[in-house]
Amino acid sequence: MAAVLGPLQLRLTAPDYEVTLERGMLVVRLQPSKLLETVRLLKSEFHFDLFLDVTAIDWLPKAPRFEVVYHFYSTSHFVRVRLKTPVTEADPTVDSLVSLYGSAGFMERECHDMYGIGFRGNPDLRPILLYEGFVGHPLRKDYDKLAEQPLVPYRK
Amino acid sequence: MARTPTTIPIQPASGKSAAFEYLTTKKDELVGWARKFSLFPYPFVTACCAMEFMAVSSSPYDTDRFGAALPRFSPRQADLLMVVGTVTHKQAPVLYKVYEQMCEPKWVMAFGVCATSGGFYQNYAAVQGIDKIIPVDVYVPGCPPRPEMVIDGIMQLQDKIARQRHPIMTRDF
Repeated sequence: MAAVLGPLQLRLTAPDYEVTLERGMLVVRLQPSKLLETVRLLKSEFHFDLFLDVTAIDWLPKAPRFEVVYHFYSTSHFVRVRLKTPVTEADPTVDSLVSLYGSAGFMERECHDMYGIGFRGNPDLRPILLYEGFVGHPLRKDYDKLAEQPLVPYRK
Repeated sequence: MARTPTTIPIQPASGKSAAFEYLTTKKDELVGWARKFSLFPYPFVTACCAMEFMAVSSSPYDTDRFGAALPRFSPRQADLLMVVGTVTHKQAPVLYKVYEQMCEPKWVMAFGVCATSGGFYQNYAAVQGIDKIIPVDVYVPGCPPRPEMVIDGIMQLQDKIARQRHPIMTRDF
């Protein structure tokens, strides 16, 4: 385990954070209200300067339904960290990270396309992989995978 | 949607219809023979089948032997639309526009299993076969198709062109 993870674990304490080590990777579970300040801490004090990805998990029968997952990488410590934060189906919104990482803009757009997660503070949540007029979010578990929404009328 | 050329029936003035039909049949054969050996393909390449398209175009297989080697990168100059690869719903308007911009006569080849039927992309994003959008003359399935299959497809298309009627005047003309 990289040297930076020990001090990081000391900073992220219960009850706000639930820190585990899964397959050699530090996994931090936290509430969405704590997200922005935690990421700011990771970036400024622990040099996690590369934002790798944001995606979501749809745990359909469970509540809260969604989990938003973030990955960060430190190019000075060569180590990754994963943040997981639960959001409800009624209000699937988290804070946007565009103020900290510019690259978060496009990744949050994709996550918004596919799962319908709202990102407060992202100035541009237009579809990036889908097209204008697409109804629904195709990677949600309750979206029928064969539900086509063609743009060109079919022949005959 | 796609318009099919309609022939204006030309009737001979007097009762020499047999000779006239003989002449028009011979004319169709001649034009068909000429057209089948001068296919100008427009490669609408979207995915990995492009590698196989390059293989079939280049020396060892060489579609130039069938007069179908000179890709035109403008649909206006092409008469064979080769749809090579997966077509998604987001791309479908582009494919439809390219097809509409091609001049008559035009033919379409669905190259690879994705263009033919959607292939293993049985999902919301992929068009389940380009024949849902534009008419297709020859299907070459395979993931990707062997160059021999593509050449066989081109030869079948040539047979089809040779057997077709080739009206000089259409209603759109």
